[in-house]
Amino acid sequence: MGKTLFDKVWDSHVVDSIPNGPQILYIDKHLIHEVTSPQAFNELKKRDIPVFRPKQIVATADHNTPTVDQHLPVKDALSRNQLEQLQQNCDEHNIELYALGHKYNGIVHVMAPELGITQPGMTMVCGDSHTSTHGAFGAIAFGIGTSQVAQVFASQSLLLKKPKKMRITVNGTTHKNVLPKDVILYIISKLGTDSGTEHFIEFAGDVFKNMSMEGRMTVCNMSIEMGARGGMIAPDETTFAYIAGKKFAPKGTDFDTKVAYWKTLKTDDSAEFDTEFTFDASDITPMITFGTNPGMGIQLTENIPTGKDANLEKSLQYMNFEKGASLLGQKVNYVFIGSCTNSRIEDFRVVADYVKGKQKASNINAWLVPGSQLVVEQIKKEGLDKVFEAAGFKLRQPGCSACLAMNDDKIPEGEYCVSTSNRNFEGRQGQGSRTLLASPLVAAATAIAGEIIDVNVPVLEEA
Amino acid sequence: MSTFKKITSTAYPLPEENIDTDQIIPARFLKATDREGFGENLFRDWRYHNDGSENTDFVLNQTHYSGAILVAGHNFGCGSSREHAAWALKDFGFSVIISSFFADIFKGNALNNHVLPIQVTPDYLEQLLQTIQEDPKTAIEVNLDEQTVTFGANKVTFDIDPYKKLCLQNGYDDIDFLVSKLSNIEAFEKQHIY
Repeated sequence: MGKTLFDKVWDSHVVDSIPNGPQILYIDKHLIHEVTSPQAFNELKKRDIPVFRPKQIVATADHNTPTVDQHLPVKDALSRNQLEQLQQNCDEHNIELYALGHKYNGIVHVMAPELGITQPGMTMVCGDSHTSTHGAFGAIAFGIGTSQVAQVFASQSLLLKKPKKMRITVNGTTHKNVLPKDVILYIISKLGTDSGTEHFIEFAGDVFKNMSMEGRMTVCNMSIEMGARGGMIAPDETTFAYIAGKKFAPKGTDFDTKVAYWKTLKTDDSAEFDTEFTFDASDITPMITFGTNPGMGIQLTENIPTGKDANLEKSLQYMNFEKGASLLGQKVNYVFIGSCTNSRIEDFRVVADYVKGKQKASNINAWLVPGSQLVVEQIKKEGLDKVFEAAGFKLRQPGCSACLAMNDDKIPEGEYCVSTSNRNFEGRQGQGSRTLLASPLVAAATAIAGEIIDVNVPVLEEA
Repeated sequence: MSTFKKITSTAYPLPEENIDTDQIIPARFLKATDREGFGENLFRDWRYHNDGSENTDFVLNQTHYSGAILVAGHNFGCGSSREHAAWALKDFGFSVIISSFFADIFKGNALNNHVLPIQVTPDYLEQLLQTIQEDPKTAIEVNLDEQTVTFGANKVTFDIDPYKKLCLQNGYDDIDFLVSKLSNIEAFEKQHIY
């Protein structure tokens, strides 16, 4: 029997297998940030163990950093303390840190791929569930807890049982205005938030083959929202072209050698999966969520489901929505465009393209938060900042921001926010906040209209 | 770390499904740099109203319930990888979580903190939840050596990875084991492409 892409990468990283037990999996790259690393450093200190491979660790500050006035000291004392501890720990253990203000600073899952740190065939971990993002390159990448962060510090390895394998194939051509975010929201709405548990997913078929790296990252990013440890897409010419020339990408003949290896990283025809699902791209239209988990999604033109279901009822009570209602015309006062799901250059191009020549609705508070300093640089280079400004939007500085509201970017209680982030859990964007997940296009359209509209219906431009 | 063999305790019932780690411990409480004290904010936004007063409808505030066991609905611990969720449950006093389904990362985090996640069938969970709700004094016995959960005459066995079982029984953790394998890991690195 042949091997899957996942098998090939996993098997090449097994150091040892314990009889009737887990395997020791070698980790190539370890990404860390301020929130889930301090206790792991403390654990090492307590045991008097050194960091085994500091050169394979890269740190950034992203989770609780402010998105305005980053040149000033961080106001919140607890956040400042976490950031200072990260700095001290990285200094002490000789770990590369892209601190606040550094030209490479950004959200960990935006920063690493755009610097060429993420490469096909690698194993990568981070104390953050959205580490699944890096699977877009054909890497095995997954989120870990802080105890495991300490294990990787101590041994550059983890003790794991090999997960099961799932393949999700989407063939055909997507409609106009359907973005990668819609594709993954559609899949989760069909399969549910627990469907991927114990699995690694390979996304296959025309839709993913034709997707940009940014789009593939959006899709793999949200594989955790199905409960999967990670998602992967086989590396191809799109992948190699994206990596070529990046800061930490292999250079010269090393690059050619790596590409030759990367080309072998695809699922063999005879390989088998534990679970398979297939979808038709033509069934997908722009999506939005109505409830309190990412599986509670509908197509924009659909109505909220009906039927007796305690979870649905609890969710709708929190969201203050009615069964059977349409979300079109729903007034919204907040729009968040950012997060490790949708804060890359391509996302801002989509937004700029839509808002160009239009004006932000007066009731809307819009937070546009690029994923990294390099994204900010590119936005300026392309003049998108001018487009945003002319349409009444202000660009903020990079960070996780209102995705999890650890900094000051909180949606007020009871307010709706159309958000390009990944989780619509109760209180995720601030206590009592109500999140509706959508693509950058739907978010941009909401910001212009001041309410949820069908992006497939053309809006008249203001004279 | 502490060892785990057997406990007999009453339990709190929390039938909600898809309880995510943002509910177990909201992100705004993740700013500490040590592992202790998270129990105070366990299920913060369900336990307290926004004005800081107790929500008396929430199970952890109902004094007729008690114990070191939490019995929760399907897909417990989904969402973020924050180990703070496991720390908060442990700090509050839970050493066992029973559900019909656990999210992967949470399950691993719980085991690494010697909080035992026990997966039972949906029918058994339903029966257990109902029994606790009818009689909050119901004693539940969890025996790790035998891998059994018992309440009244209802006894079922549960699965646990044999290695993880050994860790819990003996108070071992993965760091000790991995550090003992550093020479194998170094040998692996010599032939590895990255």
